[in-house]
Amino acid sequence: MTNISIEAPEAVRGQPYPGAPDNWKRFFTFSTDHKVIGIQYIVTSFFFFLIGGTLSMVMRGELITPDADLVDRTVYNALFTMHGSIMLFMWTFPVLVGLGNYLVPLMIGARDMAFPRLNAVSFWMVPVVGILMLASFLVPGGPSQSGWWAYPPVSLQNPTGNLLNGQVLWILAVAISGVSSIMGGVNFVTTIFKMRSPGMTWFRTPAFVWSVLAAQLIQLYGLPALTGGAIMLLLDLTIGTSFFTPERGGNPILYQHFFWFYSHPAVYVMILPAFGMFSEILPVHARKPLFGYRVIAASSILITVVSGLVWVHHMFASATPSWMRILFMVTSMLVAIPSGIKVFGWVATIWGGKIRFTTPMLFALGGISNWLFAGITGIFLASVPIDIHVNNTYFVVGHFHYVLYGAIVMGIYAGIYHWFPKMTGRMYYEGLGKLHFALTYLGTALTFLPMHPLGLMGMPRRVASYDLEFAYWNVIASIGGFLLGLSTLPFILNMVSSWIRGEKVGNNPWRAYGLEWLTSSPPTVENFEETPLVVSGPYGYGRNQPLVGNIPNPGLTEFPESLTQQQTS
Amino acid sequence: MTAERAIAQDVETNVRQHQEHDAAGNSKFGFIVFLLSESVIFLSFFTGYIVYKTTTLDWYPPGVTGLETREPFINTIVLVSSSFVIYVAERYLHDKKLWGFRLFLLITMAMGSYFLFGQAVEWRSLPFSYQSGLFGGTFFLLTGFHGLHVLTGILLQTLMLGRSFIPGNYDNGYFGVEATSLFWHFVDVIWIVLYTLIYVWQ
Ligand code: HEM
Ligand SMILES: [Cu+2]
Repeated sequence: MTNISIEAPEAVRGQPYPGAPDNWKRFFTFSTDHKVIGIQYIVTSFFFFLIGGTLSMVMRGELITPDADLVDRTVYNALFTMHGSIMLFMWTFPVLVGLGNYLVPLMIGARDMAFPRLNAVSFWMVPVVGILMLASFLVPGGPSQSGWWAYPPVSLQNPTGNLLNGQVLWILAVAISGVSSIMGGVNFVTTIFKMRSPGMTWFRTPAFVWSVLAAQLIQLYGLPALTGGAIMLLLDLTIGTSFFTPERGGNPILYQHFFWFYSHPAVYVMILPAFGMFSEILPVHARKPLFGYRVIAASSILITVVSGLVWVHHMFASATPSWMRILFMVTSMLVAIPSGIKVFGWVATIWGGKIRFTTPMLFALGGISNWLFAGITGIFLASVPIDIHVNNTYFVVGHFHYVLYGAIVMGIYAGIYHWFPKMTGRMYYEGLGKLHFALTYLGTALTFLPMHPLGLMGMPRRVASYDLEFAYWNVIASIGGFLLGLSTLPFILNMVSSWIRGEKVGNNPWRAYGLEWLTSSPPTVENFEETPLVVSGPYGYGRNQPLVGNIPNPGLTEFPESLTQQQTS
Repeated sequence: MTAERAIAQDVETNVRQHQEHDAAGNSKFGFIVFLLSESVIFLSFFTGYIVYKTTTLDWYPPGVTGLETREPFINTIVLVSSSFVIYVAERYLHDKKLWGFRLFLLITMAMGSYFLFGQAVEWRSLPFSYQSGLFGGTFFLLTGFHGLHVLTGILLQTLMLGRSFIPGNYDNGYFGVEATSLFWHFVDVIWIVLYTLIYVWQ
């Protein structure tokens, strides 16, 4: 089994899934099909999104009044810790890996990921991590209370005296999710390097694939640093080493370096795939080629490099020497360049296009606008004097939620709607989708905009109670928060009902240009009956050029019959 | 040249290139990526060691002035030479000489085990523990984490040895052996850095 044969084996051709049930049951099996795994990731992580969201509802419920009357201080600490950790480790990372899993092999014309079994193992670690994290609610003392940063010395405190405590479970969970992500990174990088269809040169590879590659490279160089720090923290916590224990000479700042060396770039692990999806969705729904495709593709890799050089901007207020502050202030501003290039490319793409305001398009446009706003407050935070002022206030919370909810979650929604017909063969309900978008966009603004004035006024983050002067904006933020909670209902309703009985729409309802749309919806197990032979770049809207040499491109562009025949001979 | 011809040619060259990628090639690529990634964990431990050593006033625990280097040096020689031995084993396998392969793999395993044994003896003789300040902590962290890798390597070699007794197992490619050998070289290189940091730079 050494050579990749260009033709699918006769036995599996056109069959939905050999050996496994061809219905919903296959999503509960140890499947090695990247499409099944992708959907397993997406659905599992959405479950955790709801849990993380519920925790945030409790927090916003607490914060609707100035007093700590709903939950007490300790519980509040546990709430924001678990909310943040679940949202990042159990929702955003896995759901993006799920989308990548589903789409990357289809987009590059591969039959599966490079290591299908490893892929399944990576996925099944996710529920294990989730159970570990949630189990921490049951141990004496409750879950970790030191925030998702887990900074020592706070994270080294153990008031219950038990060896099995919330913090230990938290570290174990993060370590396992790290292992799963590193395995995933190896798989994605190998797949993208080695399994692209014949003819798919680097500059014929879709922007989404580039962005996944860039994101996974970050996982590979960044996550091990966090894992190293986590191992040392775990040893301090359990067997009494003193790496980060200040009373015994340890150096807690070193932990911050390990942590942010990964966790700053981690933002790009999450945002890059969202960028990639914007780059795929805009051309389809504006009927124009992606403007500056090569630059957009390459800027993803540039972000990978630059984002590894800026981590200290999270530590401006941590007794960092000033030469370091200045240095990292400058590098942080540099990240704005590749990100700005992308925004410019997107605007130029839709400029003068025939825009269809479908749900995925709305989410993409909404996500981009939120990203712009978050980018501007980000520049504020990267400049040392302002950061010293607003550090650890609600300004920061407002900024990063604009990134996380405003841009990334919206990007995820955009992607799910856009590829829903590919995954299911059916169309979602446009009306419900638009309602979902309106609620999400409004809710994001109502919840997270007020956090900016709050921060400038000086309201600290991670507090369960606050001064009366902050009440006004907090009430608005809480109402917005509940609205966001509500906004997920039309989404769930839409997904479930349209998957069961949505309108059947064929293989390429968007008339999109891209390998994934050349196969059936949902794709059969081998993805393509014949490995596509790519003959041009990925965004040929309006250029009347064929994308592949051996599979007819129905309904998209007209090109001479003789051309298609030439290649197959 | 017409557009049709250009496309046809394009497809042809690309198909040819494509067929050269085989499954074992993917595995090897993936394994190297994995090792590069794993080396970052060691890198962060090394960074920690350097930071601690250069910023801590009482670096060595009371009563300790430094580390004995003689035994560890012998250990180093043994481990580094075992990298050559496993290379020889791989060459034998390449030439389909299974007994040579088994013999040299066994020698590698013996040398690895000698290294682990030497380390255990050293650990027992040390007048400090992992709780003895930052020096003790980092010393046991680095040598322990590396030792764990040596152990993993030996287990992999055992597996490869066992699999060589399955008839025909290594007839069409032996990625597992290549990976084991790569891993062993990796463990070796890490040790050289580690030895320099801990034992040479005192
Ligand atoms: C309904 C939507 C949401 C609401 C109302 C909400 C609200 C909050 C609140 C009140 C905090 C505590 C802030 C502090 O005191 O520092 C918080 C923290 C946080 N949130 Fe959210 N959030 C929401 C969605 C999300 C999403 C979607 C993500 C990630 C994808 C996210 C990631 C985080 C993180 C990482 C923290 C920091 C936790 C920590 O300090 O350890 N949130 N959120
Ligand atoms: Cu950052």
